Amino acid sequence: MKTEKTHFPVPQILRAASILCLIATVATWFALGAHLGWTKTSVATQQIDEITGIEYPVFENRFVPGVEFLAAGIGLSFALAVVAFLPMFPKSQP
Amino acid sequence: MKTSLLTVAATIALSSAIHAEPLTFDFKDPKGVNNIVFKLDAPLESINGTANGISGTVTADPANPADIKGTITVDAATLHVPNPVMKEHMHGEKWLNVTAHPNISFELKSVTNVKRDGNAGTADATGVFTLKGIKKELTVPVSVTYLPGKLKARGGDIDGDLLVIRANFQINRSDFEVQAGQSTDKVAEQIDISLSIAGGAPTKG
Repeated sequence: MKTEKTHFPVPQILRAASILCLIATVATWFALGAHLGWTKTSVATQQIDEITGIEYPVFENRFVPGVEFLAAGIGLSFALAVVAFLPMFPKSQP
Repeated sequence: MKTSLLTVAATIALSSAIHAEPLTFDFKDPKGVNNIVFKLDAPLESINGTANGISGTVTADPANPADIKGTITVDAATLHVPNPVMKEHMHGEKWLNVTAHPNISFELKSVTNVKRDGNAGTADATGVFTLKGIKKELTVPVSVTYLPGKLKARGGDIDGDLLVIRANFQINRSDFEVQAGQSTDKVAEQIDISLSIAGGAPTKG
């Protein structure tokens, strides 16, 4: 029995993945605050103790992506795009 | 009239008796209000962190603000910055090495330049600051507020007084061998520290 070998269009998939990765990274970064500092996993809100007047932070676990998140996402997207254009994949037959 | 004068005299005498001896304020704070904020300048954004593992006692005589002594200790493992990688580095061997040096402390030896305004006042506090096992004498400006009878109002069921201490001062990390002379392009040499703490002294008897 002869089986027909299916060729996935790898370069096209990689290019699509690269674009998706870029969009997802930038969208996530914007949606979670577009923070221009380092990534945070906790965010403080200031409260005041009524009796003493002391201002103190109360921490909430929240992911706020920073510039290294943005850089990593863009870097991965770029790497996928570079791999997609390398002449290492057989051209898909029409 | 005679009764009123006697009442006033008795009140003053009682007040003097109450404040004749220094009070010991415990700064362990289950509410987590007591805190220290530290800040270091850095190129992308300043590094802002906090610590709330504060304990220690201060003995103070509200009638004599210059008579104040004690030690405030911070659990170094409670130093927190919002970035987990940065926090790991800060706690690590190269920076604060919190495993080997679990406490940061200030032992108050004396106060000078006391200025009193009712139950509040300012002074210059001199003591020994210990960080990473290295001791250094520092004089820091402090403000102190004495809140008689306010301990119960903070929660709990014990009557007593509160002492609120605030201080802002700077230290140099090279003085305490915190990556001395290294990474100065990434993290400033000077550390700004703000302390806001309240201690309670239960009423005796």
